This record gives sequence, C-alpha cells and structure tokens, in this order.
Amino acid sequence: MAGRGPAGRSGAGGRFAQFKLVLLGESAVGKSSLVLRFVKDQFDDYRESTIGAAFLTQTVTLDENTTVKFEIWDTAGQERYKSLAPMYYRNAHCAVVVYDITQASSLDKAKSWIKELQRQANENIIIALAGNKKDTVDENPDKRAVPTADAEAYAKEAGLLFFETSAKTSYNVKELFTAIAKKLPLDQAGPRNLRANPRTGPLDLRPEATGQQGAGNCNC
Amino acid sequence: MEEIAPEYDVVVLGTGLTECVLSGVLSVKGKKVLHIDRNDHYGGESASLNMEALYRKYGNIQKGEEPWKKYGRVNDWNVDLVPKLLMANGELTNILVSTDVTRYLEFRQIAGSFVQQGSGARATIAKVPSSASEALSSPLMGLFEKRRAKKFLEWVGSFDQGNPSTHQGLSINACTMKEVYDKFGLEATTRDFIGHSMALYQSDEYINTPGQAVETIERIRLYANSMARYGKSPYIYPLYGLGELPQGFARLSAIYGGTYMLNTSVDEVITDQSTGKVTGIKATMVERGNEDQSMKFETKTTMILGDPSYFPGKTRISGYLLKCICILNHPIDKTNDSDSVQLIIPQSQVGRKHDIYIAMVSAAHNVCPKGYYIAIVSTIAESSANHHLELQPGLDRLGRIEERFMGPPIPLYEPLEDGKKDSIFISKSYDATSHFETTTDDVRDIYRRATGEELVVEGLREGVQVAEE
Ligand SMILES: Cc1cc2nc3c(=O)[nH]c(=O)nc-3n(C[C@H](O)[C@H](O)[C@H](O)COP(=O)(O)OP(=O)(O)OC[C@H]3O[C@@H](n4cnc5c(N)ncnc54)[C@H](O)[C@@H]3O)c2cc1C
Ligand SMILES: Nc1nc2c(ncn2[C@@H]2O[C@H](COP(=O)(O)OP(=O)(O)OP(=O)(O)O)[C@@H](O)[C@H]2O)c(=O)[nH]1
Ligand SMILES: [Mg+2]
Repeated sequence: MAGRGPAGRSGAGGRFAQFKLVLLGESAVGKSSLVLRFVKDQFDDYRESTIGAAFLTQTVTLDENTTVKFEIWDTAGQERYKSLAPMYYRNAHCAVVVYDITQASSLDKAKSWIKELQRQANENIIIALAGNKKDTVDENPDKRAVPTADAEAYAKEAGLLFFETSAKTSYNVKELFTAIAKKLPLDQAGPRNLRANPRTGPLDLRPEATGQQGAGNCNC
Repeated sequence: MEEIAPEYDVVVLGTGLTECVLSGVLSVKGKKVLHIDRNDHYGGESASLNMEALYRKYGNIQKGEEPWKKYGRVNDWNVDLVPKLLMANGELTNILVSTDVTRYLEFRQIAGSFVQQGSGARATIAKVPSSASEALSSPLMGLFEKRRAKKFLEWVGSFDQGNPSTHQGLSINACTMKEVYDKFGLEATTRDFIGHSMALYQSDEYINTPGQAVETIERIRLYANSMARYGKSPYIYPLYGLGELPQGFARLSAIYGGTYMLNTSVDEVITDQSTGKVTGIKATMVERGNEDQSMKFETKTTMILGDPSYFPGKTRISGYLLKCICILNHPIDKTNDSDSVQLIIPQSQVGRKHDIYIAMVSAAHNVCPKGYYIAIVSTIAESSANHHLELQPGLDRLGRIEERFMGPPIPLYEPLEDGKKDSIFISKSYDATSHFETTTDDVRDIYRRATGEELVVEGLREGVQVAEE
C-alpha cells in the first residue's frame, strides 16, 4: 500500500518514517541514474530512457535514532507528452527536480516542473533542485551551460534545496537525499498509519487481509 | 516533442475508468498501447473535478464572478462526476488488488448504508440490515417480520445453486423472486428494501422475471459479504475521489510501456476499404496556450477501444440519468452524522418507477475541506421535463444546500455493434447503478469481444517484469 503517510512510528527503536518522493525533469538528465546510484549504488553509461520504472524504496539513517524511508516514484514516461496525472504528485512529501548542467534548456524545464509542483502538490512539499552530470564539467569545464551561481540563486529565491550532483561518480548523491530527509517533518510522523484502524483508517483490500480487519466472517 | 511510434497494437480513446482498466490490463499482457484523451485531464466522464472546474462545467457563474473562491483552495476539492461507490467484495476491488493498483491509492470505508421508508417529513431513514442479527434489531420491520427476514437472510447465506437441498423446494433456476419472497412470507416493505437497497435493483422489474431469483440472491450475497468485510457499510471509496481510479490504472499501463497523450484530438479513424477494419488514426496533440506548437501525427493500429463520445455515429441512447451535485455544510439528517453515506429511496416509497440514490462523501475522504459534504442525488429519468422535480424527494433529504450543480439529463450511450466488423470496441456510459459492478462487466465484455478471450486478472502481474532498470 502506498504510504500516503507520513507513516511512521516512534519508540524504543527510535524514529522511523516513510515519505513519498517524486522525480521530475527533462528526459535524459539523469533522474533514474540518480535513483539507481542512491538505491543500488550503481551507474550505467548507456541507460535507456525510462518507460517502465515504477517504484523503489531506500532508507536513510540520519542518526542512531532516526530512520527515513523514501518511497521513490518515477514518472513511468507519462510526462513525455505532458500527460502526468495529478495522482503522481498527490501527497508527495518531497520532490527531486533534475536538470543537466550541460544543457541550459533543461533548467528551464526544471523551473516549469517546480511551478507545476507548487501549484498542484502539497503546500509544504520539500523540493530539491539537482544539477546533474557534474563529472562531465569536472572533466571539461567548457561543457558547463548553467553557472552554479545562477541555479543557486534561483533555488534560494524559490526556497529549494540545491545540489550539483553526479550519478556517475556519486558526487553529492547521498548528500542530496540526506538533506531532504533532514528537512522532512519527522515529528508529524505519528504511528497512525502502521496500526491502521479499518473503521477510520486506510483499508487493506487484499482478501487475505480481511481477517485482521475486525469485521469478522461473513455473517449473512 | 518526441515522435510517436509508427504502430501500436491498441489505440485507446478516452481515459475513463473502463478505458484505463483495459489499457492497464492490455499493457501488462504485453500489448503496445497508445492512450489518448482530448481533455487536459484524466478520467473523462468518471473524473473528479476541482471547485473551479465544477463551476465552469455547469456554468453556475455570472460574468466577472469567481464564486469558487468562497470554498477555499480549489484544489482541495475533488468532486466526482459519477455517483458511484465500490463494493468492498466487488469485481473492481478484485481487479485493483490483482493488478496492484492498490499501491497508488488508499481506500476508506463509506460510513453508512441507509434506506428510506415512507416519504416526506415523516419518512424513516434506517440502516440497511445486512445480516440475520441486524434484521432482528431493524426499525424497518415489525416483530414477526423481523423473524421472517432473519430466516430469509440466513437462507441466502447458506444458498448453494449446485445443491438442490438448499433451494427450499423451488425450481430455483426458473422461478421468479416473487415466488422466493412468497415462500418466506415477506411483506411488501421488506421486499422493497431487500430488492432495492441490498440487491440494488433500481426498479421492480426483477421481481416477476422468471429465472432471475439466482441473480437476485447473488446480489444480496455480494452486499452482505461486502458489508461483512469491513463492518460499517458494504462500500469503500478512494481518498481524493473516484478520479484517482482511472489515473491508477493509467499509471499501471505506463509502467508496462503504455504511451499517454492528453490534449489530443482524433482527426480521423482510418479504415481499410476492402476489409472494413481499422488500420490507424490521425490525431493532433494541442499545446495549451501555444496552439501553433500543435503536433499532428498518424499511427497504425489494428484495434481501437474507446468511450462513446469518440464515436457519435456508432452509439445509441438507452436512457437518461438525472444527477444533481450538492454542496452541504452539514451531514444528512437521520444518518447518525455519518461522514459518508449511501442512501437509497426505493421507487415505491415516493411513487416512482426508479429509485433515487444519494451518495455523500466528505473531508473524511479528502474530497473537500473540513466542514463540507458533497452529496450527489441521482435517478433514471422518467419524464421529459421538470427533471429537478424527479430528484426532489432526494433533495428534500439534504436539508440546506449551499450550492447545486445540475445539468441537462445525461444520455446513457451504448454501442450499436459489438465491434468485430471494424475492430472498434466501444464502451457504455457509466450507468445509474450505485457501484461499479456494471462497469467491470463492460470491461470484461469489451475484453472478450476485442481479444476473443476471457479476462483473468488473478495473478496477472506474476511473472511479468517491468524492464530491468
Ligand atoms: C528508477 C527505478 C528503477 C526501477 N527498476 C526496476 C527494475 O528494473 N525491475 C523491477 O522489477 N522494478 C524496478 N523498479 C521498481 C522496484 O525495483 C521494485 O519496486 C522493487 O523491485 C521491489 O521489489 P520487491 O521484491 O520488494 O517486490 P514488491 O515490492 O512486492 O513488488 C512486486 C512487483 O510490483 C512492482 N512494484 C512495486 N512497487 C511498485 C509501485 N509502486 N508501482 C508499480 N509497481 C510496483 C515491482 O516492480 C514488482 O514487479 C524501479 C523503480 C525505480 C524508481
Ligand atoms: N556523465 C554522466 N552521465 C550521466 C549522469 N547521470 C546520467 N547520465 C547518463 O545520462 C543518460 C540519461 O540518464 P537517465 O538516468 O536515463 O535519465 P532520465 O532523466 O531518467 O531520463 P528519462 O527516463 O528519459 O526521463 C544515461 O546515458 C546516463 O548514463 C551523470 O551524472 N554523469
Ligand atoms: Mg528515467
């Protein structure tokens, strides 16, 4: 079941909370690559444009008492023809909007996604702007098309977290997700979603789940 | 803008629930699907609208006014266009679970299921008794009738079509429901709430139709089993409104490679002159506010699925639905302040041929801000004028209404042909029933017509992997 959360619990084991994170950005800027690096610590030089990616989860440990689990949604290609469903950003607690620092137009696209998020998503969604493919510029500074200071100034003005990243070398990838985790409202992550009360809370629709949901057997 | 592939296995037109379930299932089965909608949003006739869109759709606006502003953030509203709920044990629930679309959605119970007895101010509104024990405490029946109803419901629970010893000596496959009711000596008012609020028949036609007893019993069982599932009512409902359902199935389709294009109008359906079968489409994707950026394209396909609005010449009207969407700032009287209800007014109680339905949801389902309630009153049209009068007994139940949205009667379309001739398979409009069982019947029917196979959703995703990332 999708964590509409934030779902969480606190107790002897410390705090644990689950948050929905959505990825946005122009095609080929490295969205899936950043996630793959973050989740599986892998990189792939020739990766295909995402059609079928669905969903990954990854946990960040902030300190010995605090664990944040990200439920990461990829666009599944629905943004390709401007047909992303509002359900995608619905109840997202955080978003990573990616551009490619070697492609100036990808920042414009990122800005338009950010506008869309501010219009459609949770009022207090945490948005991080990631300027990806930093390794390319380290190798050849002429390739840079977006000056760091420009993007940084924009991010500051729009109230976003900002990192230049490289999925290829891992540069700032962990930092990006950790910074998001730190900004999330962990305190609100009450225990409400874990011990769901079917009378008022979310329902588990699976047939085998019914037994635990209090209603008992067919009483007809 | 990226190029469209030169060929798709299936082109789907319209992103209503029926179409989205089909494109989700077909994509999982490995078909290459192109899914198009002329609107800028998902859902078609089964969408949920925000407050501004609702006002604009129904035209309740004076020039220069922005009446939605008094209702807070427009996006806090998700108002359904179809007044339906899911049966907890129904087929749509089964499809949602089998396809894992439940991962994208969260469901809550509908807090109560009620039926009206009598009419006007003195009408009784009571919980629909769904079990033998509830029958015994229901105010809908007198003492002796309660016992008869208890017996009847116990029998329904143990009924087995394949076991004649459970048939009460009736030739169950041929008899009418009247004969069954007679056997248990049930009174007319009891038959009324059983047939209309449990079996959910909208008229009394079912009673005297020979051979319809088994279907009626199955419907009562579906109600009772759905009720037993979570306890408060047989109905469940997705947070943020029914419009989430088509979006969930569209995502499923996209995950399995389906291509989605909103804002796209179909310019031409191309058919082969000699075979009469569809071979492709021409369409235009419009960029809002940037119309000269429109993208015209043509692609081949061997099959089109679509809702009736895309095929005006290929459908007929089978009836008209009347519907009034009402915004309230209080729950409905005599429903224990339930935050969500289904209330059925059986036709006989108010001198009609068809029942009046009220479906109400509220902030408990994230469809509106706290303190508001959205009630949809609906029925099948019986007259050709004064339609609001037909809905009046339902509107009367609502008390003070802040705002009402009522358009002209809604035509219910169905396809003229089964689609085998031209490979164009058209769905039916969302009908007047209170749930999605007829919608999933239509999904199955279209699937069968289009592929020649029965749709089996159980285990659908097992062994089918999305592309390795
Ligand atoms: C960038 C990215 C790349 C991914 N690449 C792959 C991949 O190559 N192969 C792959 O199988 N999965 C992929 N996923 C999905 C992710 O790997 C699966 O969720 C993960 O494999 C879960 O495995 P599990 O054994 O816990 O199964 P479960 O979580 O029980 O999932 C079983 C099935 O459901 C699918 N699934 C799980 N969550 C969702 C969801 N929210 N939406 C849709 N489907 C879901 C899984 O893909 C799997 O097929 C990707 C997700 C992202 C964001
Ligand atoms: N040099 C370099 N290449 C990268 C980096 N991140 C991604 N790439 C490459 O850029 C290409 C596109 O990366 P993806 O992760 O598929 O991009 P995406 O944003 O998910 O693209 P879509 O799925 O089409 O939206 C791939 O060839 C990657 O190998 C990076 O940090 N550095
Ligand atoms: Mg990708």
